[in-house]
Amino acid sequence: MITVKNLVKKYADFKALDDLSFEVNENEIFGLLGPNGAGKTTLIHILATLLKPTEGGAIVNGFDVLHNANKVRQSIGVVFQAPSSDDILTGYENLKVHALLYGIPRKLREKRISEVLELVGLGDRKNDQVKKYSGGMRRRLEIARGLLHHPKVFFLDEPTLGLDPKSRETMWKYIKKIVREEKVTIILTTHYMEEADMLCDRIGFITNGRIIALDSPSKLKQEIGGDIVKITFSDRVPLDKDFTKFDFVHKVERKENSVIIYMEKVNSNLHMLIKDLDDVQTIEYKKPTLNDVFLKLSGDYLSGDSPEGGFMQRYAQYKKS
Amino acid sequence: MLSTKNLSSNIVLGQLYALWLREIKVFLRERSRLVASTFTPLLWLSVIGSGLGSTNLQIGTDYEKFIFPGIICMSVIFTSVFFGSYIIWDRKFDFLKSVMVAPSSRTTVFVGKTLGGMTTSLFQVAIVLVLGIALGINYDALSLLQILSIVLILSFCLTSLGLTFGSYIESLEGFQLIISFVVFPLFFLSGALFPIDNLPAWLKLITLIDPATYSVDALRNSILNLGTYSFEYDLAVLLLFTFIITIIGILSFRRMKAV
Repeated sequence: MITVKNLVKKYADFKALDDLSFEVNENEIFGLLGPNGAGKTTLIHILATLLKPTEGGAIVNGFDVLHNANKVRQSIGVVFQAPSSDDILTGYENLKVHALLYGIPRKLREKRISEVLELVGLGDRKNDQVKKYSGGMRRRLEIARGLLHHPKVFFLDEPTLGLDPKSRETMWKYIKKIVREEKVTIILTTHYMEEADMLCDRIGFITNGRIIALDSPSKLKQEIGGDIVKITFSDRVPLDKDFTKFDFVHKVERKENSVIIYMEKVNSNLHMLIKDLDDVQTIEYKKPTLNDVFLKLSGDYLSGDSPEGGFMQRYAQYKKS
Repeated sequence: MLSTKNLSSNIVLGQLYALWLREIKVFLRERSRLVASTFTPLLWLSVIGSGLGSTNLQIGTDYEKFIFPGIICMSVIFTSVFFGSYIIWDRKFDFLKSVMVAPSSRTTVFVGKTLGGMTTSLFQVAIVLVLGIALGINYDALSLLQILSIVLILSFCLTSLGLTFGSYIESLEGFQLIISFVVFPLFFLSGALFPIDNLPAWLKLITLIDPATYSVDALRNSILNLGTYSFEYDLAVLLLFTFIITIIGILSFRRMKAV
């Protein structure tokens, strides 16, 4: 459905996208994950024909984004990061304006507007001005607007940014419903790992304009090498302990006073691991999440410290350094 | 869907209608703009008109009447240039992005905007014309037709000018520059407030490259029978300006960054 090939986007000396290549299959939800400034939005803007790539190219629904922009535009719907509906108009009027822009024939127009309004649950608020909508409702109106012309590909650029947890869950519900009912391929960017985990069939991790991993969420989590155990000692980590001697241990990361062990089957193996350890202060255990995958993958750039801790804090540290 | 020519021209008309409809709805719902657009000309006509009018100028008619065509043009200048440069806002608040990802050409978007600018100018001018009756101005069918055409052409021209500047300026602060360096000079140099016949050469030269000068003169011809040039000459020069500015505008608009 989408083929991206050797895409480069440069701003002066800064490479926003650095030789990016990947494919998106039909009817999948493809997640683009990465910190702010990683190049996610730039990529979406290029695929949506709003920006021209410096080098390389992309094919969307069989059409070249550079040479067949109008055909691409007919094939796609886009929901931007910031709500772009006119808030002086009503929800219905916004949809009507866009239905006309997309040349939807008069006979189909009203029917389709009612359909998408129902789809996002805004049917009873369609005659209110958009400025009276909540953040979540605005975002849902954008989704309705993007779907008006039956796009084949639907871009959602951080669709839940700035929404409260309840609105976010509502949003997830609608996104799932769209895939079921409208049969579209969705490209979704986010930096909420749980969101990607829950919605996406495949995920591309993007950092500094490069894709550093691309797979299904479950495969990515497997790759991290099983469960994660963090043992904190009251003093320094005993140097003479060799955790790698166990078959079930994949990888060990030593820190000042703690050690992070990637291992299989914690339930049955943990007792062997800690059998003759003294001075243990705490033992933490968790199943790997996408967050851990991200931290592991981006270890080159981020100063990994512990398996827990939010991604955003890490990113803040990264920015400071 | 775009396979036949007939269908696709229908689509372009629909797109123009959509862009126009949005502008008109916004204009009619922003009450403050309507109030301001009635009050400002009234203020000029009554305060400047009566104030300077009391100083015994040699202009061949009452000063209030003399500046009346100028006030019509002032309405058009302010409305149209602002209207065009509102594109800066549209871009800032991402409305423009949502239009740009639709399969409509930028020229269509440009023309849709100018149609909106022309319609809003007509609203404003209608209000000024009513105020004119109170000044004792008489219209006939011909002068109304002439006013209508000059107002529509000038407003097309200046909305294009606003869009041209708007497409180069990225920050909202740039809007202030447009007011200081475009809107006020266009108005003050148009001869709206004084006759241009006896100006010093340097000043006269500048008034001649202001499209509003010819509009003011044309309206003065048709309303007061007092023009410096003939109505036809004014109309021709105004059309030439409009043509050139529209071409520049469309080219600027096409090279404008979408994001």
